[in-house]
Amino acid sequence: MVRFINNLPEDHKGFGSPEISTHVHGAHVGSESDGYAGNYYSKEDKGPTISEKGAFYDNHYPNYPSNGDSRSICGTMWYHDHREEFTAPNVYRGLAGMYLVFDEIDSGNEKDPNPKALRLPSGVGKYDIPLVVQDKKFDAGGNLVFDQLDPEGFLGNLMMVNGTVSPYLKVEGRKYRFRLLDASMARYFQFHLRDAAGRDQEFTFIASDGNLLERPVKMTKLFMGMAERSDIIIDFGKYPPGTKLYLVNRLEQTDPRKPSGSLLTTPVRLLRFDIGEKTTDSPPIPAFLRALPPMPTKVVRTRRWDLGRKNGQWTINDKFFDPERVDAVVKHNQAEIWKFDIGGGWAHPIHIHLDDFRVLSYDGRKPPPEWAGRKDVISLLPGVEMSLLVKFTDYVGKYMMHCHQTAHEDSAMMIRYDVVEA
Amino acid sequence: MNSKRNFLLGAFGAAAAIPTLASRPHSKEYLPNVILQTHLGKEVMFYDDLVKGHKVVVFNMIYTACQNICPPNTANLIQVQKMLGGRMGRDIFFFSITLQPEVDKPPDLQAYARKYGIAPGWTLLTGRRKEVDIVRKSLGFVDPDPAVDESLERHTGMLRIGNAGIDRWSMMPSLLRPQQIVKSITSMKKKPS
Repeated sequence: MVRFINNLPEDHKGFGSPEISTHVHGAHVGSESDGYAGNYYSKEDKGPTISEKGAFYDNHYPNYPSNGDSRSICGTMWYHDHREEFTAPNVYRGLAGMYLVFDEIDSGNEKDPNPKALRLPSGVGKYDIPLVVQDKKFDAGGNLVFDQLDPEGFLGNLMMVNGTVSPYLKVEGRKYRFRLLDASMARYFQFHLRDAAGRDQEFTFIASDGNLLERPVKMTKLFMGMAERSDIIIDFGKYPPGTKLYLVNRLEQTDPRKPSGSLLTTPVRLLRFDIGEKTTDSPPIPAFLRALPPMPTKVVRTRRWDLGRKNGQWTINDKFFDPERVDAVVKHNQAEIWKFDIGGGWAHPIHIHLDDFRVLSYDGRKPPPEWAGRKDVISLLPGVEMSLLVKFTDYVGKYMMHCHQTAHEDSAMMIRYDVVEA
Repeated sequence: MNSKRNFLLGAFGAAAAIPTLASRPHSKEYLPNVILQTHLGKEVMFYDDLVKGHKVVVFNMIYTACQNICPPNTANLIQVQKMLGGRMGRDIFFFSITLQPEVDKPPDLQAYARKYGIAPGWTLLTGRRKEVDIVRKSLGFVDPDPAVDESLERHTGMLRIGNAGIDRWSMMPSLLRPQQIVKSITSMKKKPS
C-alpha cells in the first residue's frame, strides 16, 4: 500500500496542474489503484470518476503476477502521473520515477545461492542502474520551457539521462545491468553503444518493458519509443581500463510527429562510461532467462482500433476519450486479438494497462526477437498494421488503452475498457 | 565519488527531477496583442482586453457558413454555456473566432449569435485576415499539413482553454460531453469570483 500525499501547491502558476493520479506503468493492479486518468485529486479539486476531493489517495500494489503465474512477472516498471489533460506537463515537471520488482529468478543478488536465480549484475545504483532518458527544452537563459499552446507537443533541445545533461559514469571492468526508459513526451530513440572512434559495440538485451525474454539477444542497436523499457547488460570487462564508451542516439527526429526515417550523421552522445580496473564480476549471463507463458490457443474475438484524426485532433475509432464512457468490455482470461490501423503522418506508442500483450505481427511480419516476449507498450509507426494478443486477468473495473505520446493522450487519444468476470 | 556520478546514481527515485522549475515564457509573451473586432463591432486588443487576468478564457474557430463542423460544436457549447450559468461573463469567457474574416463581418457574427442563442460572456471575433491568422496560430489551432491547415472542411474542432492569471493552458475537443468541458473549464479557476 502506498499513500500518495498531494502536497503540490493549489495556487500553482504555469504549466502542469496540481491534481494527480499516479499510475505504475506495467503493474498488474486493481482498477482503483491503476491511476485512472479521471481519478485525479487534490484538496480542492477532483476528477470525474473519483468520489471525493482530498489530500491523499492509497494505491494497493500486490506485486502479484497475472493469474499468479511467475512467468508473467514484470521487473522494470515506472510510475508517473496520469492526470487527464495534464499528463504531459506534469510528467515533464518531474512526476515520474522507476518501480523495480524482484523475484526468485530475477532476485537482485548476483551471489544468490538459489540454483533458480539468474545472478544478473545486481545492486540497484551499483551494478544495476536505471537510465531514464528524456529530451527537454531550455531557453537561452537556461530556463526549462514547456510549450503549452502547441497541440503537437514538442521536442527538447537537450537530452537528459536521470535529469542530467551529458553525464558520465565511472564503471568497473565487469558486467552492468542498465534499465533504459524513454520517458520523453515525443522523442523516439535508436540507441547504440559506441567507442570514441564511433564504432558500434555489442550489448545484451534481456528484457522488454521489464519482462525477461526466454533467451538473451546480442545487439548493437536498439529502437525505443516513449514509455518503453529495455534491460540491457554491458560487459565493460572486455575493455582495457581507461577506455571510454558512449551511449548514443542515432535516430533523427525533426518534429514531434514521428522519426524522420533517417539516421543522424553525427549521433548524439547521451552518457559516457569511463571504464576502470577489472573487478569481481557477476556470473555469465544464463542462456535461458524466464519462460514465457504459453500463447492462448483460443481467441474469442478480434477488435479493430483505428488510430485516426478528426477535427484537428487524434482519435481512436473516430472517438475522443470520455472517462465515463465504456468503449470495450473484455472478459477475464479470454484472449482477444487487437488489430491496430494507423494513418500516415503520426507515430503513436500504444500502451495497454493491466496486463501484458504479445505481438502477433508488426508491419506484416513476425516481431523481432526483442519484441517477441511480453510487452505493455509498442511504438506504431505511420502506415504500419499491428496485431496484438491481449488477455486480462484477476481484476475487474475500468482501465485504459492509449497513445503514450503524452500530448496526444492529453488531447483525448485514449479509450476506456472495462474488465469483467467471464 | 564525484557529484555528477552521485547524481546519476541517486536520481532514479525521482528520475525526472529537473534543475530548474522556472516556467517561461509567460502567456503575455507568447500571445499576440493584435486588434480584433467583436460581433458588436467593438475593437479589442487580443491579449490586453480578452486574455489578461485571472479568469478562464475558452477559444474555438468557426465561420458562419460552416455546415459540418461548427453547428454541432456550437450547439454543444451552448449546453456548456447554460451549465456554467452566472459564471459566464463574470470569470469565464468564450470566444469564437471566424475562419473567414473577409466574409464574416460583425453583423454576420451577430446574426449567428442570435440564431444559436449565444449569451453575454460569449464573444464572436473577426478582424483583418493577417491578425486573425496570427491569433489562430498562436492558440495552436494549426495543422502541420498546410493543405489541411487551409481547408475549411477540415478545420479544427478543438477548444483552447486557459487562464493567463496562472499561465496555464489546455486543449480539448469541442464535441466532448458538456459535463467534461465544464469540468475542464472550472478546474482552470476553482473558486468563482
